[in-house]
Amino acid sequence: MADMQESSYKADELIARDIDAYLAQHQHKSLLRFITCGSVDDGKSTLIGRLLYDSKMIFEDQLAALEADSKKLGTQGQNIDFALLVDGLAAEREQGITIDVAYRFFATEKRKFIVADTPGHEQYTRNMVTGASTADLAVILIDARKGVLTQTRRHSYLVNLIGIRHVVLAVNKMDLIGYDQAKYDEIVAAYKAFAGSIGIGEFTAIPISGFVGDNITAKSGNTPWYAGPTLMHVLETVELNVTAESERPFRLPVQWVNRPNLDFRGFSGLIAGGVIEAGDAVRVLPSGKTSVVSRIVTQGGDLARAVAGQSVTLTLADEIDCSRGDVITKADEPVQVADQFEATLVWMSDEALSVGRGYWLKMGTQTVSATVQAPKYQVNVNTLEHVAAKTLELNAIGVAQVSTDRAIPFEPYDANRTLGGFILIDKMTNATVGAGMIRFALRRSQNVHWQALDVSREVRAGLKNQKPAVLWFTGLSGAGKSTIANLVEKKLVRMNRHTFLLDGDNVRHGLNKDLGFTQADRIENIRRVGEVARLMADAGMIVITAFISPFRSEREMVRRMLPEGEFFEVFIDTSLREAEARDVKGLYKKARAGQLKNFTGIDSPYEPPVAPEIHIDTAMMSPEAAAELIIERLIP
Amino acid sequence: MAFEAGRGLTHLERLEAESIHILREVVAETEKPVMLYSVGKDSAVMLHLARKAFYPSPPPFPLLHVDTTWKFRAMYELRDRMARESGMELLVYHNPEAMEKGINPFDHGALHTDMWKTEGLKQALDKYGFDAAFGGARRDEEKSRAKERIFSFRSANHRWDPKNQRPELWNLYNARKAKGESIRVFPISNWTELDIWQYIHLENIPIVPLYFAAKRPVVERDGLLIMVDDERFRLKDGEVPMEKSVRFRTLGCYPLTGAVESEATTLPEVIQEMLLTTTSERQGRVIDKDAGGASMEKKKQEGYF
Repeated sequence: MADMQESSYKADELIARDIDAYLAQHQHKSLLRFITCGSVDDGKSTLIGRLLYDSKMIFEDQLAALEADSKKLGTQGQNIDFALLVDGLAAEREQGITIDVAYRFFATEKRKFIVADTPGHEQYTRNMVTGASTADLAVILIDARKGVLTQTRRHSYLVNLIGIRHVVLAVNKMDLIGYDQAKYDEIVAAYKAFAGSIGIGEFTAIPISGFVGDNITAKSGNTPWYAGPTLMHVLETVELNVTAESERPFRLPVQWVNRPNLDFRGFSGLIAGGVIEAGDAVRVLPSGKTSVVSRIVTQGGDLARAVAGQSVTLTLADEIDCSRGDVITKADEPVQVADQFEATLVWMSDEALSVGRGYWLKMGTQTVSATVQAPKYQVNVNTLEHVAAKTLELNAIGVAQVSTDRAIPFEPYDANRTLGGFILIDKMTNATVGAGMIRFALRRSQNVHWQALDVSREVRAGLKNQKPAVLWFTGLSGAGKSTIANLVEKKLVRMNRHTFLLDGDNVRHGLNKDLGFTQADRIENIRRVGEVARLMADAGMIVITAFISPFRSEREMVRRMLPEGEFFEVFIDTSLREAEARDVKGLYKKARAGQLKNFTGIDSPYEPPVAPEIHIDTAMMSPEAAAELIIERLIP
Repeated sequence: MAFEAGRGLTHLERLEAESIHILREVVAETEKPVMLYSVGKDSAVMLHLARKAFYPSPPPFPLLHVDTTWKFRAMYELRDRMARESGMELLVYHNPEAMEKGINPFDHGALHTDMWKTEGLKQALDKYGFDAAFGGARRDEEKSRAKERIFSFRSANHRWDPKNQRPELWNLYNARKAKGESIRVFPISNWTELDIWQYIHLENIPIVPLYFAAKRPVVERDGLLIMVDDERFRLKDGEVPMEKSVRFRTLGCYPLTGAVESEATTLPEVIQEMLLTTTSERQGRVIDKDAGGASMEKKKQEGYF
């Protein structure tokens, strides 16, 4: 054991002599989170085991168990196998590999450390990205006998991708190459050339041996030619992310609105950037409304000032709308608001990315529906080449356009991890299937400064004493849409509801008289009707539409224009045979005779709804009964 | 812990902020959360954090104590006091089957923990329909805990699948779940035993007096000092309780919890002893040793917290 006696963090003596002094010292420690990356057999677990062992995080009973395990399962002969301390789950202990992200803890006199231990296997990019996402620093391990490998490149690329600013290149197992300086220099030079090519500017290279203990906590006599810091010195002194974040603009994603009574309304959240003081002028995004911070409330008394990394509750001087998902900024440093982004995605699910499908996107404290377009390219993490891709499979990394169903406050990931990093959630399985980092907003929406309207849609709906809704009827021509829609409207009016019925008659002759019946025109027709319906819903109306609207995607498009719960797809289900038999307007006859082109059901398809809010089978109920049922669902 | 201008946040301030963020996230995203309250020091810290997170509101969820009827008397006293002080509803659940069969630590060994705690917890969660339950587990306690997520999913049968955990990136937690599924949430995952003690010290958090040394009646069994806390304790022939100055590093059912001989009567002294000691915290617990190295992992898969 080389030079281990000097270990800087054995504080036993102080603990025994003056526990109060020790506690005061420990109380002022800072917290560093780091990740270790390496290939199988690079000695990663051994290094972490060594750090825990040297910081006295291993007790005698654990050590006794470790010695027993080492003899039974260890790969180090009669010596203690530190790796066994770290390899937790039974399955991986048997296989001798690490299969997931694990977090370890140790402390020195200066800092507390949380280590994310992540596996080095190819198929586990997902785990490494997860572990790296919270890290201030990355230790990239290289086996001195093997030099820079494909895995080293991959790990470095991921570390840089996730935005870790401090990289330590730990050239491990120096004992096994006889502490050969020339070989070490060669490895560092090779890594430097590669690192520069992917944008890692600076890194600290250290020759170590996790097994022997060289240059971990104390300078090793085995490497007299090495003049740099020990690994521990770097860990104890490197700048923390939270320090850097506190120097950026103030950002508070609102997590929860605290309303214990009518006299108190507080906005709670974890500060994601900058500093805030009572009296500061602030702006709430996306509404754009401004106010002034009255108090920074904590149980221990109000604070004058709070910084990035603190969980706080703010109260504002004015009664303005502000809820979960909104972001509070300084009035003169707002964040952008947009609904289309270019993002780097890391796919984390066995089921590949489904282009165009809706996923939940969670970023900060907001969750919205989002779709992903076909990737612009995928990155081959081994060669770093950009390759064409139609989708992203498990562990694939690519760049793609992401659209959200409404404009959201954001910042590029480089500027703020919290407001630029998101996860994608499968709407069916609820699994976290991907992670993304916003590069920039794509669309004009970032230039639109949303006018804060004091008369909101809630206010308008409130005046009408109703909840806005769009009843979107769909079905074949002659299915009975207009008949039932008319009945529904009459009944609603009798109930003092404010309604409007949009149908072919009042739309085709005015707003859409420039449109024909080609597929493109039919899609545009529905888009315009959708937009009008949305405006009317914003005005507080209950809108009823009666159009064939044969394509699922267009109906979905309209659904996404509206707040959740306000769109009711009403499927008027009549078979083609029945509709054709009725043929009230004689249209089927004309279509069959070839006089009408693109007629739904005849030479143009009808895509029935998969999960409509309301399903009316006209063979089973009268128009009157159908109208009753629809109103029952709308106003329970 | 008032933040002082001109210096960075300390590790305890960071941990506190992270825990508060987690507590609020669960309240914002789940329908019916509950806090599992076991009256130990970790529960004490978790409750304290909850009161901070929602101040000036009381924490918007009840406390649930899945009781075995075999806890130390001092634990029941503190439990009732803390529920009163926090203004939170306290739910106490006893597995009726364990009650009926008189399951106890003297006759039933591992079955005692299984019936009262593992089964009792599942029954209580099902009975009230809680979809999220806070627990005070820490990753530094045990190897399988080190790999568990902060938001840890349970199937409708309360099972944990370590190989199918959701990735947790940044501080984004995915709380979505299907009907019947639930989440166990561990707000103090990243705290160590020392952090807990230090925080209790700094924040002056009330804890069960058993953590401090006092003269208590104990007997020695299988190398553990067991306290004779009430008349139900079955003394073996010739066994006579000795008065010893002892304290507890961890609290559970009194007949299953080993005391350590100690003179530490203040928090700094307790911390001092902990730091200079050479055995780990869970070593005083009988239940970890039931099935060898992977004991806790197995229990967790079956639904134990």
